[in-house]
Amino acid sequence: MNLNETQKNIVEEFSVFDDWLDKYNFLIELGNELPEIDPVYKTNEYLINGCQSKVWLHANLADGKLVFSADSDAIIVKGIVALLVKVLNDRTPDEIVENELFFIDEIGLSQNLSPTRSNGLLAMVKKMRLYAIAYQAQSQKQ
Amino acid sequence: MAFDINKVRSDFPILNQQVYNKPLVYLDNGATTQKPATVIDTVKELQSLHNASIHRGIHYLSEQMTTRYEEARERVRLFLNAASSKEIIFTSGATGSINTLAFSFGEKYVHKGDEILISEMEHHSNIVPWQMLCERKEAHLKVIPFDGSGTLKLDELDELLSEKTRIVALAHASNSLATINPVKEVIRRAHEKGIPVMLDGAQMVQHGGVDVQDLDCDFYVFSSHKIFGPTGSGVLYGKESLLEELPPYQGGGDMVDQVTFQKTSYNTLPFKFEAGTANYIGAIGLASALEYVMKLGLDEIRSHEAMLTQYTLDRLEKIPGLVLYGRASERISVFSFLVENIHPYDAAMILDKMGIAVRTGTHCTQPVMDHFGIEGTIRASLVFYNTTEEVDQLVSGIERCIQMLS
Repeated sequence: MNLNETQKNIVEEFSVFDDWLDKYNFLIELGNELPEIDPVYKTNEYLINGCQSKVWLHANLADGKLVFSADSDAIIVKGIVALLVKVLNDRTPDEIVENELFFIDEIGLSQNLSPTRSNGLLAMVKKMRLYAIAYQAQSQKQ
Repeated sequence: MAFDINKVRSDFPILNQQVYNKPLVYLDNGATTQKPATVIDTVKELQSLHNASIHRGIHYLSEQMTTRYEEARERVRLFLNAASSKEIIFTSGATGSINTLAFSFGEKYVHKGDEILISEMEHHSNIVPWQMLCERKEAHLKVIPFDGSGTLKLDELDELLSEKTRIVALAHASNSLATINPVKEVIRRAHEKGIPVMLDGAQMVQHGGVDVQDLDCDFYVFSSHKIFGPTGSGVLYGKESLLEELPPYQGGGDMVDQVTFQKTSYNTLPFKFEAGTANYIGAIGLASALEYVMKLGLDEIRSHEAMLTQYTLDRLEKIPGLVLYGRASERISVFSFLVENIHPYDAAMILDKMGIAVRTGTHCTQPVMDHFGIEGTIRASLVFYNTTEEVDQLVSGIERCIQMLS
């Protein structure tokens, strides 16, 4: 499944919920399924700024694809970052840089996207794209 | 006049709405309060029909607006029971008032090695301006601590009030702990040593008013938007004899008497402290809000809120795992809490989608959070237009959070 197909899938999965709290329950489940982050990345260095809750995010490149790991001390926020990981994990840097993340808007999370909103969804997306851009630049050098 | 909660709520158009298809339960009054129709109408009417810059305009609109602005000042005087309207300075808000005082008072009276006394429960707005003053003057900031219940440790006060103390700046009520401080006692002891006291009333005035002469405080500050008035307006009250002695804070129009390139002489009180075109519409809007609460009855407001406070405490205490921060005997209707190990941000996201507006985080009182070793709390802050039914909804919301998050 390419990145956009995964996005479409998620939009479909969310479309069954007409209650926000059901969406949150689904996010909480996603967060629970997120593999544990290596404790060496659970430090201030990997903390995303601008969140009321703490979000740690790390990415490395394996076989030309990004592997993200993440965690949060808030459960729903962890679900949100797990959702991003689900979409962006195991993608090439080019794929991440070139594709728009339309699913955020379509499942109704975009209200959490404004720069002043303190759950830091925007900051998470930015950080993940920055990782992709950095690895893209690195591979172009080689 | 009996307190008719349904009638009162109908005075506030914003309260009658649905968010996410749920009736709005607005419990974020500590951050800002909603406006009654009379305030909204006043502001709209001023903008639509009466706008003109005040003072020195020799034309109909300007004279009308000047009159209403000065009537607004008289309304604030009446609300605070100040001795003279010269003692009422319009500012941009409580923060603006404290910055004005910290600068003007500091310029005149604070020197190297002097001390400013605040408390551990101050809002950042009553810490940082004094800290900036201390840095400028090489003075020292001293702090009255509070105990586990959020009550000031007054047994340490006499020692903290030293011969170097120049001023005490203290919250009348705490925005994160809800404590109403024993300000009369602090003022009495400070005055025994000739030290003036400023009270930060940002979280007090909306809960049933104050009487500055009865308190005998030297300075008092509050914000318009936290007492049902427009944003961007506020008040600095000061005893006339003290204000007379202080130099102005900002220079500009309206605060001057004569200006030449050699020397400028300043206007009299209160204009000396009102540089630039005043926020006259904000000030008149504030006066309209004060008129509204005075008509409603300050005693009625206090008694309805006392009932709400007791009801909320009773209900919150029955929630297993809920820890309330701030348990002082004298309190406002503000409740800061955590539930088990639930992250406040998660709880607020769920409550939000249930139509309930609360605030999470440090509430601009990081030292209070440090005191308890926590990163933040959930804060529900109520005023007289809130109801026991809304408290019930909050409790259901918290129970839902527990069910979903733990």
